[in-house]
Amino acid sequence: MAAVLSAPSPSPLAETLPEDVVLRADDLHTHFIVGERAAKSVDGVTLTVRRGQTLAVVGESGSGKSVTSLSIMRLLAYPGRIVSGRILYRLRDGTVVDLASLPEKRMRAIRGKEIAMIFQEPMTSLNPLFTVGDQIMEMIRLHEPVSRQEARQRARRMLELVEIPAAEKRLDQYPHEMSGGMRQRVMIALALSCNPALLIADEPTTALDVTIQAQILDLMRRLQRDIGMSILFITHNLGVVAEIAHEVAVMYAGRVVEQAPVGALFARPRHPYTKGLLACIPNPERDRTADGKRLMLKPIPGNVPSVLALPPGCTYAPRCPLAEPRCEREAPGLVPAGPGHLSRCFRHELL
Amino acid sequence: MSQTQSPAAGDDVLLSVRNLSKHFPTANGVVKAVEDVSFDVRRGHIVGIVGESGSGKTTAGRCILRLVEPSEGEAIFDGVDLFKLSQKALRAYRRRMQIIFQDPYSSLNPRMRVGDIIGEAIDTHRLAKGAARQARIAELLTRVGLSPEHARRYPHEFSGGQRQRIGIARALAVEPELIVADEPVSALDVSVQAQVLNLVQELQKELGLTMLFISHDLTVVEYLCDDIVVLYLGRVMEQGPAREVYANPRHPYTRALLSTAPIPDPTVRRERVILQGDIPSPLDPPSGCVFRTRCPFAIDACATTVPPRETVSPGHTVACIRQAELASLDIRKVSA
Amino acid sequence: MAAVSITPAPRITTLILQRKTLAIGLAVILAIALLALFAPLIAPYAPNKLSIVNRLKPPSATWLFGTDEFGRDIFSRTIYAGRLSLTVGAAATALAGVIGITLGIVAGFFRRADTVIARIVDAMMAFPDILLAIALVAALGPSLATVIVALGIVYAPRLARIVRASTLVIRELPYVEAARALGVPTWRIMTRHVLRNLVSPILVQATFIFAYAMLAEASLSFLGVGVSPEIPTWGTMIAAGRQYVGQADWMTIFPGVAIILSVLSLQLVGDGLRDLLDPRLRKDL
Repeated sequence: MAAVLSAPSPSPLAETLPEDVVLRADDLHTHFIVGERAAKSVDGVTLTVRRGQTLAVVGESGSGKSVTSLSIMRLLAYPGRIVSGRILYRLRDGTVVDLASLPEKRMRAIRGKEIAMIFQEPMTSLNPLFTVGDQIMEMIRLHEPVSRQEARQRARRMLELVEIPAAEKRLDQYPHEMSGGMRQRVMIALALSCNPALLIADEPTTALDVTIQAQILDLMRRLQRDIGMSILFITHNLGVVAEIAHEVAVMYAGRVVEQAPVGALFARPRHPYTKGLLACIPNPERDRTADGKRLMLKPIPGNVPSVLALPPGCTYAPRCPLAEPRCEREAPGLVPAGPGHLSRCFRHELL
Repeated sequence: MSQTQSPAAGDDVLLSVRNLSKHFPTANGVVKAVEDVSFDVRRGHIVGIVGESGSGKTTAGRCILRLVEPSEGEAIFDGVDLFKLSQKALRAYRRRMQIIFQDPYSSLNPRMRVGDIIGEAIDTHRLAKGAARQARIAELLTRVGLSPEHARRYPHEFSGGQRQRIGIARALAVEPELIVADEPVSALDVSVQAQVLNLVQELQKELGLTMLFISHDLTVVEYLCDDIVVLYLGRVMEQGPAREVYANPRHPYTRALLSTAPIPDPTVRRERVILQGDIPSPLDPPSGCVFRTRCPFAIDACATTVPPRETVSPGHTVACIRQAELASLDIRKVSA
Repeated sequence: MAAVSITPAPRITTLILQRKTLAIGLAVILAIALLALFAPLIAPYAPNKLSIVNRLKPPSATWLFGTDEFGRDIFSRTIYAGRLSLTVGAAATALAGVIGITLGIVAGFFRRADTVIARIVDAMMAFPDILLAIALVAALGPSLATVIVALGIVYAPRLARIVRASTLVIRELPYVEAARALGVPTWRIMTRHVLRNLVSPILVQATFIFAYAMLAEASLSFLGVGVSPEIPTWGTMIAAGRQYVGQADWMTIFPGVAIILSVLSLQLVGDGLRDLLDPRLRKDL
């Protein structure tokens, strides 16, 4: 778990991370500990973000997907704590560091410049008292020694990059003068202003209307193509996943239960939870007969277990149609289930 | 099962909304939240009202229930214009139409036990007393998939899905004929959403309920609804039988909506019509056709004419002056 | 008014005993109230019994809290004074509650009434409490009842403001809409859905008002516009003792401690009740 404090390469961690991988979380555990009780919000997350690609982390509420992203950014609020595991990250200069154990001082240099983040509600992440231009300029000047004028030029170019019309005029506007879609564009501009290698997007389109969501997804795809950044895209919406992701990690009760390329995941999910989730989304072709009669949906029975009392063994076993006695005793590991396909299920071959 | 009923039963209109308008005076001018909206809801059917924020879909639903006083129009419910009823006369009709809310958290009084929440509905209309009341509460809880013991608990002890079930039980307590469901599954997780959608359907079938299903989720509406009304900035863009509208969308807005709704299937490679710009402010809606500022097919005439409703097939109407010439056009090619 | 609960609520005593601060607060304020109530039985001397030879005696076995400049027993006076201070506090709070809650909820529900009520409340809150109370007492003529009425009126706007603001929020919540959709009459919505959710902020504010009213009464008495100076109150006692600070500190310390203990314990009770009354917090014990 040693962090590379000064950055002489070759670093000892470099070999552990393949060249095309930007970020790899390794058996990450983040718990919220109050007294004797521990909420195991993230309880063994392993996931990989490849260079220039989008990894979508999909899960329902309480799956630990947001806590995972906050762990990577090391922005956990008390009493959240990374209790074990590594978060290997490849810096732009090629050295590999373990974000889980990096000193806070070095972490500050990474946030914004190496890894940037956008959130669901741009209104709360933008400061209402400052103009949009001021906020982007502050971000730029925090990380780079440029003049105010130069920063303003850059800020304007950033707004143009995210396709905000009349960028020069918008620089002097306040967040409340903008629509939700515009604010999310500003957030993206802000996040990209220091040219990060990895963008973490936590439900960035959830609060937006469908037609605006389409614009933002389109923009993110274009920016990725042009800039080549990697994206960790957190969402609960499998439809959005299908639109934006190269790879998908499915989370359930604090664990990644499946990671696969997007096509493989939707074509043949190799974890019963993923399969169940897909069956829950109404699909008029599947759930209506030829003459238009509705068929009942097939929901996953039961509820998500509490992170305070996770069942032993496989956490999905109590709701799983494939569960056998072994599943209730033993926790399955993340095992290969196809090319680039990992599944945390003993019985994935049955799927 | 019940959505394609025989025409004889299907033509029985329970609710007919005519020229509904709701204008809110604000400090900055009048907001025309709903403008000249008309549609019919046949008994035992589910009508989906679809729109984005500012479309007026929620306000329209509230107006029909007189939770918001409408500015103009009629809502003929079983032969009686709800908008003309006095508050006193309205009370009797409250029993016949109910509402289910989006937010499972703020829709239940946190200080009341579940039994009292449902009991209030029963008490208000003096439907049962004493042991019969308790039995009815137990029956309703069981019916929505909870257990009678839950009556003594407080809302915060339940999950979002369970709370939504409690809200449904409260609405059912007065045995309504019409239910306005305002985004009832939007705040729920996918797996829970499916549970609640199934419950809603079962109840609808079993009790012969008529529903107005307000939603922004096009997939859910396509699956659940018999008819659909597409709203944009308070105006009806297109309406008709759901299957027909989804198969043959004629309004550019409907087409754009359908092409951008995310589908959980990466192999579907649709050419998407991504609308430019933002939804205009309802304080200052565009002249003529309100959609024209974002419409890829807008022409000068769109700015001057409020498009009339044109019938394109039985029950299917479109408010677009270019719908006929666009019908044969492949919209996807144009936008791509 | 309240609906019949399906099960009996958990025993109130267990719920209180589970909360240490609430239990302590209740115990202290109850002790003070009991001392005041049974003052004639407990007090070793009559509160106004003069004894010039024993003036300014420090606390001892004979005079538990010492004596004042007229040789009156401070302990006896302190517990007798408690009767008046607590009565004024409780009565003024109750009056402020009735006026404030009514005004607040009416203002929150009816826009037309609101414009008038909000103005009056703002105007009243623009005056310093004591000044307003003095003016009211002066206008009505000093007496115990006048002090209570004056303080009740002075503190009513605080409650009215809180109740109005919360009412405006709650009346828009879906559960209130649900009640309206069911045809529940407005007054029932006001009590069952709005007031019931305001119990905790009202209680917390009431404990503050209780404390303020006690202090205000002391100030009024000190300024000579309150109750007759012959009647001992904690305020008049402190005022009298002020001249002897450094010489006979006990004259101010003991009535001062009485005020502090009452105010502190009331706040503990307020905080504890707020938690107790919130079903969401009740579980997390």
